[in-house]
Amino acid sequence: MLEVAGVSKSFRGLRAVSGATLAVERGEIVALIGPNGAGKTTLFNLIAGTLAPDDGSIRFLGSEIGGWRADRVCAAGIGRTFQIVKPFADMSVLENAMVGGFRGTRDRRVARARAEYALQALDMWAQRDRLASALTLPDRKRLEVARALATEPRLLLLDEVMAGLRPTETDHMVAAFRRLNAEHGVTILLIEHVMRAVMALAQRVYVLHHGEIISAGTPQQVTSDPKVLESYLGTGALQ
Amino acid sequence: MTRSHLALAVLAVVLLALPLALDRYLLSVMILILYFAFVGQAWNVMMGFCGQLSLGHALFVGLGAYTAAALYQHFGIIPWVGMVAAVAVCVAAASFMGWLAFRFGIGGTYFALLTIAFAEFTRIGFDHFGWVGGSGGFFLKVIQQDRVDLVNLRGNPVLFYYFALALAALAFLLSAWLLRGRLGFYFRAIRDNEEGARAAGVDVFRYKMYAVQISAGMTALAGVFFAFYYNNLFPEQIFHISRSIEIILAPIIGGIGTLFGPVLGAAVLTVLSEGINQALSMAGHEIPGVKQILYGIALGAAIMFMPNGIWPVIARRLGFARRGDGDA
Repeated sequence: MLEVAGVSKSFRGLRAVSGATLAVERGEIVALIGPNGAGKTTLFNLIAGTLAPDDGSIRFLGSEIGGWRADRVCAAGIGRTFQIVKPFADMSVLENAMVGGFRGTRDRRVARARAEYALQALDMWAQRDRLASALTLPDRKRLEVARALATEPRLLLLDEVMAGLRPTETDHMVAAFRRLNAEHGVTILLIEHVMRAVMALAQRVYVLHHGEIISAGTPQQVTSDPKVLESYLGTGALQ
Repeated sequence: MTRSHLALAVLAVVLLALPLALDRYLLSVMILILYFAFVGQAWNVMMGFCGQLSLGHALFVGLGAYTAAALYQHFGIIPWVGMVAAVAVCVAAASFMGWLAFRFGIGGTYFALLTIAFAEFTRIGFDHFGWVGGSGGFFLKVIQQDRVDLVNLRGNPVLFYYFALALAALAFLLSAWLLRGRLGFYFRAIRDNEEGARAAGVDVFRYKMYAVQISAGMTALAGVFFAFYYNNLFPEQIFHISRSIEIILAPIIGGIGTLFGPVLGAAVLTVLSEGINQALSMAGHEIPGVKQILYGIALGAAIMFMPNGIWPVIARRLGFARRGDGDA
């Protein structure tokens, strides 16, 4: 579904992403992990069209999307969230989701129905009339997901949506993503530091370090890979 | 919603019947209120909905006014056709300005400066534009005021009252319609967070262009009204930055981004300004500048105590709860 091949991006000589290659198959849940500054968010920005790659190819459903504008990538079927949330502060929760719901349609009822489905999936329907600016940070993160989900993406890119959540909230969110994946066929690629969520969700994991993919495989495989242990997890993270 | 629908219906009837009850002076005050409600509404589409600050909206008033007036005076083209031309000219000018700004990523205060620049060089250009009288002014044929000629928009103040009322009502309905649909949602998303909007599938450049074009097209009609109501146009006046500021005061005081804000702001400001005039002349004090000082103090107080405008405060008092899906 998504094939990233040899993609690089530099900022003023600093190579943030260097020849990264990864693939996500239809129906999968794949995690992208790595230490801070490894280039995970940059890679997301390259896929989602926020940045244009210097090099390499990004194919989605057979089209080369590298360098497309973000709204075109969204229209092609990739929804994304931002690690630093970007809510529409003066709009209600429902209106925030409806902005996503208007993708490819002018019909307000369609937009509202999509928004309702997304907010229900994230357990936010009860808060639909609140202003986004009045939400707590975990709720803003969930709203970020709901807005992306309301665009009815084939592939959902989630950038650290579980950071700062309590363990029970994390489990809630994990359950929500499982449901979306199983019942609605949404393919998911997520950046996550919360290993509890990664282990519970991901079928495959890529590890990014200094802009390069240093390991790939099942969660069990990568967490026992000496390179990964050394560079990132430390021995305590698996407990 | 029935309660507010009823209130709107009552308001409509009162406004329609008003010329029967008002003398010439009060009628002219009402016309001013409706005029400012209309241009305020037009400006609000750009700033209130889409977050693009224009400090040069007099540009579109002036271009609209001169276009319709010149077509009428030079070629005898009736103002109803002139309106279409005026809208076309203003949308074209807005498209050029918007394209320049948004293609090259000029935003925020720099965009506001660009709007001032466009208004200013157009003003200077018209000062030397002999075909429409240059800085000496451009004058429309005036006929006896008691005859009403709807086709040529010539006639008494009652005609212009209903013209302004129709414009203000249509602008209100258009704004309400915009807010309910995809355009309104995308505008507000851009206003609140451009990058978030893009990620949610909004073609930010295109929708900013739509906002500027709609706003300019509406403002063009205000220009046509201005030309045929006042019958004289001077670049120094119509394009002047003080006119641009005048336009944006009503929506700011009334409540930016709201439907009733521009209407309410226009009413409050016009009544305030005329009230100060009347009070001063009755007191016999004609000290230059006093009016402006009092007006400024009132504006300052309004902004201090109601930073979001008057309408949000009133809406809360009246208990208009947000429905949360654009029907607020």
